Amino acid sequence: MSKDQNKVTNIVICGVGGQGIILASNVLCSAVFNRGFDIKKSEVHGMAQRGGSVITHVRFGHKIHSPLIEEGTAYYILAFEKLEALRYLHYLKKNGKIIVNDRKIPPMSVLTGQTKYPEDILSKLNDRGKVYLIDAEKKANELGNERTVNIILLGVLARFLKFDPDTWDKALRENIKEKYIDLNLKAFNAGLKLKSENQS
Amino acid sequence: MKTILSGNEAVARGAWEAGCKVAAAYPGTPSTEILENIILYPEIYAEWSINEKVALEVAAGASFAGCRSLVAMKHVGLNVAADPLFTMAYSGVTGGFVIVNADDPGMWSSQNEQDNRHYARHAKIPMLEPSDSQEARIFVKLGFEISEQFDTPVLLRLTTRICHSTCLVDLDDRIEHQISGYTKNIKKRLVLPAHARLLHIAVEERMKKLAEYSEKFLYNQIEWGQKKLGIITSGISYQYAKEVFPKASFLKLAFTYPLPEKLIREFSRQVRNVIIIEEGDPILETEIKAMGIKATGKARIPVCGELTPKVIKESFNIKKLDINPEPAPVRPPVLCPGCPHRGVFYIINKLNLVATGDIGCYTLSALPPLNAMDTCICMGASITNAHGLDKALGKEFSNKMVAVLGDSTFFHSGITGLVNAVYNKGNLNLIIVDNYTTAMTGHQPHPGTGKLAHGETGKRIPPEDIARGCGVEFVKTVNPDDLEETENTIKEALEFDGVTVLVFRRPCALLLKRKIPYYVDSENCKSCNICMRIGCPAISLTSIPGKEKEIAVIDADLCFGCGLCAQVCTCEAIKLRDIVR
Repeated sequence: MSKDQNKVTNIVICGVGGQGIILASNVLCSAVFNRGFDIKKSEVHGMAQRGGSVITHVRFGHKIHSPLIEEGTAYYILAFEKLEALRYLHYLKKNGKIIVNDRKIPPMSVLTGQTKYPEDILSKLNDRGKVYLIDAEKKANELGNERTVNIILLGVLARFLKFDPDTWDKALRENIKEKYIDLNLKAFNAGLKLKSENQS
Repeated sequence: MKTILSGNEAVARGAWEAGCKVAAAYPGTPSTEILENIILYPEIYAEWSINEKVALEVAAGASFAGCRSLVAMKHVGLNVAADPLFTMAYSGVTGGFVIVNADDPGMWSSQNEQDNRHYARHAKIPMLEPSDSQEARIFVKLGFEISEQFDTPVLLRLTTRICHSTCLVDLDDRIEHQISGYTKNIKKRLVLPAHARLLHIAVEERMKKLAEYSEKFLYNQIEWGQKKLGIITSGISYQYAKEVFPKASFLKLAFTYPLPEKLIREFSRQVRNVIIIEEGDPILETEIKAMGIKATGKARIPVCGELTPKVIKESFNIKKLDINPEPAPVRPPVLCPGCPHRGVFYIINKLNLVATGDIGCYTLSALPPLNAMDTCICMGASITNAHGLDKALGKEFSNKMVAVLGDSTFFHSGITGLVNAVYNKGNLNLIIVDNYTTAMTGHQPHPGTGKLAHGETGKRIPPEDIARGCGVEFVKTVNPDDLEETENTIKEALEFDGVTVLVFRRPCALLLKRKIPYYVDSENCKSCNICMRIGCPAISLTSIPGKEKEIAVIDADLCFGCGLCAQVCTCEAIKLRDIVR
């Protein structure tokens, strides 16, 4: 991270309710906290979680006021689903990074034929920033548990944040039940090393 | 010691640190996690009350005993609890009494956008507004002190972005607060007219003293910056305004009713222009303008919707954003795969019934393709709205109408309406969709589950027993996973003359283990699309070679294995996975 006192890092985490976004953002927050930054995170609960579109705002730096990220200022978008990456693309800072799970979950309006799932999502993402397309489901199945997709994706993001491994290890242990910790540590490390689909 | 807490977690922590011993709540977004976190502190008796009125009265009773008590609810919950709220302002307190109330600007999970700062003025109760989790923790503690010092309940007002935002918070130890015990005092607690007349005078005197206190309240702070612009603000709006106007002078208000008039005058006198930045209604603005101070506020900032730094910038033409959201199909929330409610609403739609609805996950059945709900006003209104429709339009209409509400909602506000319909000879067909939990807010127990807040077993009160106790003669419990039985029982109830109650019971899919997923046998699928009408997120259409039309496909990762789609399929195309193995 920059040593600039005024620098604020903004991260949008988005996806579909039920994909484990809130847990992933909690782990991220713990890691940031352990590194000694000021931090604010904002999310919504309740009605918005039932398979609906979900966005979590994470901001950290020397001093943070608003818990909400302003449009056009996110350094990173971590999207658990492609359409959700597109929906929140306007939050991305020019030339920011988009880590997107190669997963398509059609919303009900598409399932019922009222609208079409957009075909050109990746090209639109590419127009706005650097895209890292990740097949987290495939990796999760290799690990034998589809519920680890969120932590795999967090591992991919962690590559860019450059916190030391102990910071993440502690953050994961603070947020995940002991029963599942080994599996999730494995998932996180798999994410750290995972190559994106659109890179050689 | 520092940690990171959400506003709701911080309120719970503050209550614990202050020595609070009794807390009650009914779940409601965005306030739910307050009690969920209080439950984690063994020193506090915590209960999920059946509604907000009950919760407030329980906490008030604990205050009568000289115990520090807290009640928490969402904004519309305070409407339910308004009756005791107003009179508790007269009666006052013995032990400190804090009422935590969470507004939902932007209506992330609510049916209206009411601004509950009005309640402080209407009920004459002091109000504190934290701007982050740290202040939420501190203000709960100060709330207890103010409550005891001035003999009044105290309103702590939160909003979604305070409740569900996390930030750094300092932690203190708990300081035990001794319960002083009960002493009879009818002039204070028996609020009949003779006593109330005197109490009203005392309330007005108290408001004057509170106004003086507000002038000196430590967290009503001036932050001097450039003096050409002075911003008066409170709560989360302060954080947004700081981002947009980092160099301006700020009067950050935390004790927002009664307002510190002298402080506001002093601040306004020293700045060239006053801007009032507040989310929701022009409450600060109206009072400040009534002081004769020139200020700008809602002439620029919208009343509707959530305030954000972007909205403030646009209101003052500061920065035109040239980035627009990409067009993307909307993704509203949906009933989960395996939801026990789906079959009931599929039948309601199939039979083309009018369905008066209510508040809960099942309100989502109003959306396509189920389109199975006509009304949703407030907790319990399904029953009473249906009764009114019946009385206005007669049996010809009400024989094709059902009222639908969930189990937790039935306990919250359904029982009175049911008694009313039986007593007044209604022709009501009530469907209780019982998923054995309060699902929408994150699975809190209620009397129908027999579990208490801390998880221990209490007395279970089945809704069908209540229905029989209310005098309903036609009461049946049905398995909603059996579509044929569901349809037949609903038809039977519609034909019955008088009040009927059907309880469709199966636990929420999120509380059960997923079963073996189903799949579509592409050979058999005739592309009739009937399975698409149940609105399951796990089923979609796809093109495959050799088939002219798109066929159905089931996402095995999403499929719960409830088998509802297999029951509606007419071409025997939907099969259990293990059959192929």
